[in-house]
Amino acid sequence: VIDTLGTAWMPAPASTMAPDIDSLYYFIYWLSIIFFAIVVGATAFFIVRYRRRGAATTTSGVDHNLTLEIVWTAIPTILVMIIFVWGAKDFVRFYVVPAHSMQINVTAQKWFFTFDYPEGVNAVNELVVPVDKPVKLLMSSKDVIHSFFVPNFRIKSDILPNRYQIIWFEATRVGSFNLFCTQYCGKGHSEMIGKVIVKTQQEYQDWIDQASGPVGGESMADYGRKLYTSRACNTCHSLDGAPNTGPTFKGVFGRTETMADGSTIVVDENYIRESMLEPTKKVVSGFQPVMPTYQGILKQQQIDALIEFLKTVQ
Amino acid sequence: MSDTAQTVPTQSYLNHPKGLWTWLSTRDHKRIGLMYMYLIMTAFFAAGVLALLVRFELLTPGRELMGADMYNKMFTLHGAIMIFLFIIPSIPAALGNIILPLMIGARDVAFPRLNLMSWYLYIIGALFMLFSIITGAVDTGWTFYTPYSTTTSTSVISTAMGVFILGFSSIFTGLNFIVTIHKLRAPGMTWFKMPLFVWALYATAILQVLATPVIGITLVLLAAERFAGIGIFDPAMGGDPVLFQHFFWFYSHPAVYIMILPGMGIISEIISIFSHKKIFGYRAIAYSSLGIAFTSFLVWGHHMFVSGQSELAAIIFSFLTFFVGIPSGIKTFNWIATMYKGQISLKAPMLYAISFLILFSIGGFTGIMLGTLSVDVHLHDTYFVVSHFHYVMMGGTVMALLGGLHLWWPKIWGRMYNETLAAISAVLIFIGFNATFFTQFFLGTQGMPRRYYTYVEQYQPLHAMSTHGSWVMAIGFLLMGYYLIHAIFKGKPAGPNPWGALSLEWTTASPPPTENFDKQPLAEHGPYDYDQVVAKPTA
Repeated sequence: VIDTLGTAWMPAPASTMAPDIDSLYYFIYWLSIIFFAIVVGATAFFIVRYRRRGAATTTSGVDHNLTLEIVWTAIPTILVMIIFVWGAKDFVRFYVVPAHSMQINVTAQKWFFTFDYPEGVNAVNELVVPVDKPVKLLMSSKDVIHSFFVPNFRIKSDILPNRYQIIWFEATRVGSFNLFCTQYCGKGHSEMIGKVIVKTQQEYQDWIDQASGPVGGESMADYGRKLYTSRACNTCHSLDGAPNTGPTFKGVFGRTETMADGSTIVVDENYIRESMLEPTKKVVSGFQPVMPTYQGILKQQQIDALIEFLKTVQ
Repeated sequence: MSDTAQTVPTQSYLNHPKGLWTWLSTRDHKRIGLMYMYLIMTAFFAAGVLALLVRFELLTPGRELMGADMYNKMFTLHGAIMIFLFIIPSIPAALGNIILPLMIGARDVAFPRLNLMSWYLYIIGALFMLFSIITGAVDTGWTFYTPYSTTTSTSVISTAMGVFILGFSSIFTGLNFIVTIHKLRAPGMTWFKMPLFVWALYATAILQVLATPVIGITLVLLAAERFAGIGIFDPAMGGDPVLFQHFFWFYSHPAVYIMILPGMGIISEIISIFSHKKIFGYRAIAYSSLGIAFTSFLVWGHHMFVSGQSELAAIIFSFLTFFVGIPSGIKTFNWIATMYKGQISLKAPMLYAISFLILFSIGGFTGIMLGTLSVDVHLHDTYFVVSHFHYVMMGGTVMALLGGLHLWWPKIWGRMYNETLAAISAVLIFIGFNATFFTQFFLGTQGMPRRYYTYVEQYQPLHAMSTHGSWVMAIGFLLMGYYLIHAIFKGKPAGPNPWGALSLEWTTASPPPTENFDKQPLAEHGPYDYDQVVAKPTA
């Protein structure tokens, strides 16, 4: 269950930072409403009170009032300075990582996120973290600029190809939250969507233990089906026969495909394996060579499981 | 209201001399302004249709009309055309060209040939952009962020070339206006007797001349990287993508004020005329235009709070950003104070000025939210930014442009439009605008990222409402197109001064003769001296 709709405005807060950001947001919000009421109220009152009756005559020559002008300059200036200091103080906290944080490396590329854990586990588009523990993200991009945004946590940072961006958060609620790429990155930008799954300490530990292979008793094909979504194959390859950014997986195993250079290939285990590790080497005719390599992201066992899964998609 | 029936002069700048070539080779600022207006309105229409298509596609998360590639090109073109071909030249090059010399009692701008050249540069720039559309269009967003823009296969370079050339058109117009305002004011018109629209155009012209070269430089560097392989912005070649953002916003933030300052000038005129009241805080409004122009050079980094610039830089840019908000607030208070003890009539231009006051205020308040560092981290690159931008640019500049069009339409053509239809269309546009864009504040705060072709299901109802709002707005604009064009041919004659206004452009015939005034006008009273002079409305 994606729990994001808190109020009509801010989504439900789920990080230590969120309540402070929200306080300032609503402070500015109510100030704006008061000033808006003054602007609209005065305009409406003057329009009614001083509406033109008959032909125009000469009107009052009042064209300045020093006291009034000082007041309406000074009050907004003081208010925005309060807002500035408040905003800057909270902003700095985004970048001061607590000493006891756990670190997860984030790699962004067209069009998915990869998360590497200290335990050697990795995950695609699903960031699993423990609740009540500060998490430091060390982020970099493999191609263009992307961005990491979790609305419920109120955190966001661009992810750049030539440097590390560091940001941290501490989740306060167990649940599943949207993760969006917010820096425009091309065709798949709007499908570069992941989830942050916040688990209890115990559940998190279980997940780490299980994440490196199929759960006990699970068939290879079933494990492969899970990898199909968790490794973001589904962003570009459908199961229902509709071509997307890449060819559909429906009936892919054993199919004869025509390559961009005109040659034909029967899709077998070796071609699938090669397409995961060197995806632009043999591209099916009619598709762009845009798939990134899964070298280093998929383990041998996972490649095997995906192949077994593809055999079952008919 | 007039005692004697008005007639439209048989000979004016519109029909003397005759023939297409006399227009294409004209040095008359009014004809050049009008030719600008035709092109700018065409661009507005085209980019408006693109906006409607983009909004229609967003009705549901799935596919309505087009795929992701096409959608990305559509929103890029909507932005690029609206910004570079419509809103930047809109008020200065079209209305400013026509009205500025009339307002200061001059025969023409200082450099009429340069003025014509600006228009031809605009056409050449537009042709480059048209060429890029034919050769596959561009999908980078109007911001051209690297390294996406240096690696995409679409027509980035011809679009950039178009923007580069349009920049020169803008610089020449700015240069022309600065000299015109310094040298060609009528006898008696001291600096502080100039109409505030002239002050606003002056501040704008300074920005055009000083800021526009930077985008030219940036685009040349972009081309150098793409063609010569010199690593400037692309990290694969040793460049830095954040450097591009600094360059881009160093121009594009002042450019936002190139877009809004002339609009503020128009609002000053309209509120004084239709309140029949001396403007409140003349000097404060004039100086705040210059203050905004100056400060606007120091705040570009507020577009980059989450981009990877240093936290210290972000804090300094946030601090300075609040100081660009203060002069806008002062102007708003002055406009409202102008209505105090006036004689207010709600003619069409005034309806647009009131729309402006309301919408621009909302744009300003949401600007405070975005300028606040910690809050911006959440709102950055969401629909909140999309909506804020449209409240400032469409709720601000476009409402002011429409107000200006309705104010000076009788001066330009010598004929009145249907005021009932004008009021209906103003209300439709106001309602449609808010339905379209206020919903986007909710969307953005809830986390909906911008530039998304598809989206998660929970955002669908608000997207649908936004799309429906865009249809109401479109009906308002179609109605406006109808009665404004109808007025050109069939409107009743307006006479020289249909509103009873006091600035100099209302002392000559409507439409004015080629030489603007029969004899050199004198600024005998200030443009806002409604406490001393009453001019009888002629329509």
